[in-house]
Amino acid sequence: MKIWIFAEQTEGKLAGVTLELLGKARELALQSAEAEISAVLLGEGVEGLSATLFNYGARRVYLADDARLCLYQHTTYAPVLTALAKKEKPDIFLFGATALGSELAPTVAAQLDTGIAAHCVELRINEDGLLVSVVPAFGGKILGDILCPVHKPQMASIKAGIFPKPEPAPVNGEIVGIDLTLLEGVADGIKALRICREEPKGLPLEEAEVVVCGGWGLGSAENWRLVEELAVLLGGAAACTRPVIDEGWAPGEHIMIGTSGKSVRPKVYLGFGISGATHHVCGMKDTGMIISVNKDEAASIFEVSDYAVAGDLNKILPLLIEKIKENRGIAPK
Amino acid sequence: MALNIAVCLKPVPDPKNYDRVTIDPIRKTVVRTGIPTIINPVDKNALEAALKLKEKFGGKVVVISMAPPDAADKLREALAIGADEAYLLSDRAFAGADTWATSYTLAAGLKKIGLAFDIVFCGVESADGATAQVSSQLGEWLGVPHLWNVFHLEAEQEDKYFLKTKIENGFMEWEAKAPLVLAVSRELNKPRYTSAIGIIKAKNKKLEVWGEAELSADPDKIGLKGSPTQPGAIFTPDLKRRGEIISGDAEEIVGAVCEKLRAGGVPV
Repeated sequence: MKIWIFAEQTEGKLAGVTLELLGKARELALQSAEAEISAVLLGEGVEGLSATLFNYGARRVYLADDARLCLYQHTTYAPVLTALAKKEKPDIFLFGATALGSELAPTVAAQLDTGIAAHCVELRINEDGLLVSVVPAFGGKILGDILCPVHKPQMASIKAGIFPKPEPAPVNGEIVGIDLTLLEGVADGIKALRICREEPKGLPLEEAEVVVCGGWGLGSAENWRLVEELAVLLGGAAACTRPVIDEGWAPGEHIMIGTSGKSVRPKVYLGFGISGATHHVCGMKDTGMIISVNKDEAASIFEVSDYAVAGDLNKILPLLIEKIKENRGIAPK
Repeated sequence: MALNIAVCLKPVPDPKNYDRVTIDPIRKTVVRTGIPTIINPVDKNALEAALKLKEKFGGKVVVISMAPPDAADKLREALAIGADEAYLLSDRAFAGADTWATSYTLAAGLKKIGLAFDIVFCGVESADGATAQVSSQLGEWLGVPHLWNVFHLEAEQEDKYFLKTKIENGFMEWEAKAPLVLAVSRELNKPRYTSAIGIIKAKNKKLEVWGEAELSADPDKIGLKGSPTQPGAIFTPDLKRRGEIISGDAEEIVGAVCEKLRAGGVPV
């Protein structure tokens, strides 16, 4: 069985989800006969990234290293992947459901006339040797198995943070160049001009071992600022649910946890004023320890928490900050 | 030149109520009884983008949906908001379609309308299925370039656009020429409300319902039967934890929370 992953990179840096996909590909390989894992790497000046892909278990890297692939656009990337897949006939082709992958993966699927399961939360091989993709619907309240029994490759996209970061598993792999003659005929309806970075301040949410999360129950922008302050004190990152962004308290969707936001798996999650809607819970369910503060004892967040703190966050949040500062000898403002 | 603009709308169960969605234990089907149907929220941003372009350059805005017959109400709502014409693709044969078959059917509908569309707007994803795949695949069926996650749009001329798409930790800037399929995010604009006069006007606007026969679509590419992906078992995830209750006055609670944080390896 040929298992492929799309090795996503921008500006010469591999997307974190790429290694997560390789980790899952290795698991799938163990469930199937004579499986071989390959990564497909597109870009300019990216050959050096092959070493990382070999180190995490790719036996082969299909490489297209070309100036015309410097900036991603589906009008160049998709035809290259489609032509390669038509030639090599992979059985499985996995993509990260990043901003780029969310556009590229369904485009390639359409060009290959095959099926793709979006935002999978689990993948396995069944007794017939087919890929079973588990996908969420209704904000994660319902999960369903998706199969692609006839068409090949069986495609799936997976968000960052859904699968754990794997340990290295070095392989002595080979690089295979991709024929790019087809790029000469690409239409120019869209043209990528540049990438602009907006570096978020503080620790990126995905890398934080402690996440302090605020929900609509915070009630005010002042309380949101306390969430941010507590996150810094704990050496973690602040996160929120959708209403906190809608209210204009939190800076934006890059710190939103949930099925339409980010999936995180920190050691500790500390939530304030969170009701526990499924679409949020799905983004943090793999956390080590979940502590939730909510004044409503019937809040559904308590059912999915290790510790349910039934109390008034207006008192608890400032007092917790004060206590930690006191413990550390930081003078109150 | 005036613009021909299409907007794809999806009627969805109101996402505020998804915690009430359950599975029928015997029939193994999704039960969403009593949950009202609304226009997928971000599709209203797509409609707003279309109306803004029409206001600037003139032209026509049509809305299209593949949905059960009762979705006509939602299309009438879009007409009240300001769309000019509506097309509902509705047939039992379309049911159970995955994104490949859905986007094929929508493309067939757009071709049947017979206008050369300059822009087709979609929302980035639907609230219920949330695959975020239909816009890109629709672009492929129509054979035109597409962009997903557009949060900024400037129309320099009728057929020339400057766009920004959101990516991780930043955004990309694009130059694009019509025809295009654009999937827009909530950040693009603030959708307008329905006005009383809009509701009155909507009553006389064109709303057509087309089934498989009218579409002259390939029967092997529609509905569940035409879908490359096939659904298997459905289930509800078990996310329950022990939920040990911590209570008391604020002082006691903070003491207990600090203790749990320390136990979790967080120095406090």
